[in-house]
Amino acid sequence: MPADIPLMKEPDAHARPPAATGELIRFEKVTKRFGDHTVLDELDFSVEAGRHVTLIGPSGSGKTTILRLLMTLDQPDEGTITVGGQRLFPAGEKQVGEIRKNIGMVFQQFNLFPNMKVLRNVTEAPVTVLRLSRDEAEQRARELLDLVGLGDHLDKYPSQLSGGQQQRVAIARALAMRPQVLLLDEVTSALDPELVAGVLDVLRDIARSTDITMLCVTHEMSFARDISDRVLMFDSGHVVEAGAPEKIFNDPEHTRTREFLSAVL
Amino acid sequence: MTWDWGAVRAFMPHFFDGLLVTLQALALGSLISFALGLVWALLMRTPTRWVRWPVGVVTEFIRDTPLLVQLFFLFYVLPEWGLAFSALTTGVVAIGLHYSTYTMQVYRAGIDAVPPGQWEAATALSLPPRRTWTAVILPQAIRRVVPALGNYVIAMLKDTPMLMTITVLDMLGEARLFSQQHFQFTEPLTVIGVAFVLISYPASLLLRALERRLAR
Repeated sequence: MPADIPLMKEPDAHARPPAATGELIRFEKVTKRFGDHTVLDELDFSVEAGRHVTLIGPSGSGKTTILRLLMTLDQPDEGTITVGGQRLFPAGEKQVGEIRKNIGMVFQQFNLFPNMKVLRNVTEAPVTVLRLSRDEAEQRARELLDLVGLGDHLDKYPSQLSGGQQQRVAIARALAMRPQVLLLDEVTSALDPELVAGVLDVLRDIARSTDITMLCVTHEMSFARDISDRVLMFDSGHVVEAGAPEKIFNDPEHTRTREFLSAVL
Repeated sequence: MTWDWGAVRAFMPHFFDGLLVTLQALALGSLISFALGLVWALLMRTPTRWVRWPVGVVTEFIRDTPLLVQLFFLFYVLPEWGLAFSALTTGVVAIGLHYSTYTMQVYRAGIDAVPPGQWEAATALSLPPRRTWTAVILPQAIRRVVPALGNYVIAMLKDTPMLMTITVLDMLGEARLFSQQHFQFTEPLTVIGVAFVLISYPASLLLRALERRLAR
């Protein structure tokens, strides 16, 4: 992997709200229900810019829902969500659209576009959304695909790649939009065990070498320990414990955290 | 009953005229039904029910009435309102319109079959709705429905003889005309029967091959 990562923001990169240190994402009293089931219950939490935050907790505790709310794939029932000082919910469609451009997401099932070749998967959004020229978008895509180790597969269709390769293309596709925030939703859960390491290596590399704020939901505790500087333990729609990974993994305070960790580790 | 090759030979020029008309009606009818069916399917997905409701009622009505009745209506009633077209044009429009209410169901199923993850990925990349449709959803949906659309082409082929009833000289129209003029029914009817088989059987083989190719 090259040490010099091409996604460091250049000074002339698209004008963004000043790359703030300090708080980037804030949830205030966010409630989300699916039918009778309350997934998030007046949830409060915030993430500082540049942080790598891992959400852990039992299935159904609302971790993925948090990512989906941030990506505007679902809407909360109550509460407010703020990103970079701007309201994401409740907010008008235009403002939501602007904020959304700063957020990228990698999905458990990759969700590559099967009708497009690898290169086009990565260039499609930069060309149509960011209005990059095709040449510029392709150059950026080539660099990113090199970065994730798929520089030789530009002309293949997703169905011709392994799951691990597809997921790495999906990572490149999300990064091509130069998001401030990257959401990773159980990105290795659908992979065969031998393919997990390659994907995690790429993510580790990105975490180390960029200033992208990362929020990840994962069941890979070693990965969580490795890349995150903050771990949030969720249970029943609440944050039950938050802290540095060493603290959470070595010396958890909450009973639920201890139970959960002893079950998964 | 005797088989008269001479009658077959005499019928041939008329047969080719009819074949040309049948293929024209089939090609144009297919195009109309493919395009209009897609329009219906997309209109049925607009958020306003003031669009969905009328489209739903009209297409249901067309689907639930016989093609033959629609042919007669377009051919005999519309001219009373000052809308007169040639018999072939009327026939093509009727077939296209009628079958568009079937192809719309095919498109709908194809669109519904695109996994939700594709929509979500498009949202995550901020693709605008129009681009999401044209670059992501429709290419996948249409690929899935090509075999089903092909089946309707074969069904349309077998409905083209109905155009004879509004004076179009398709294969059946030519056969009937020839029969009545020469009092020989067996040869012309047999010839067009064989012609239908010779068109639709290879077409269905082609479709099955296409289906296999698209399924990869």
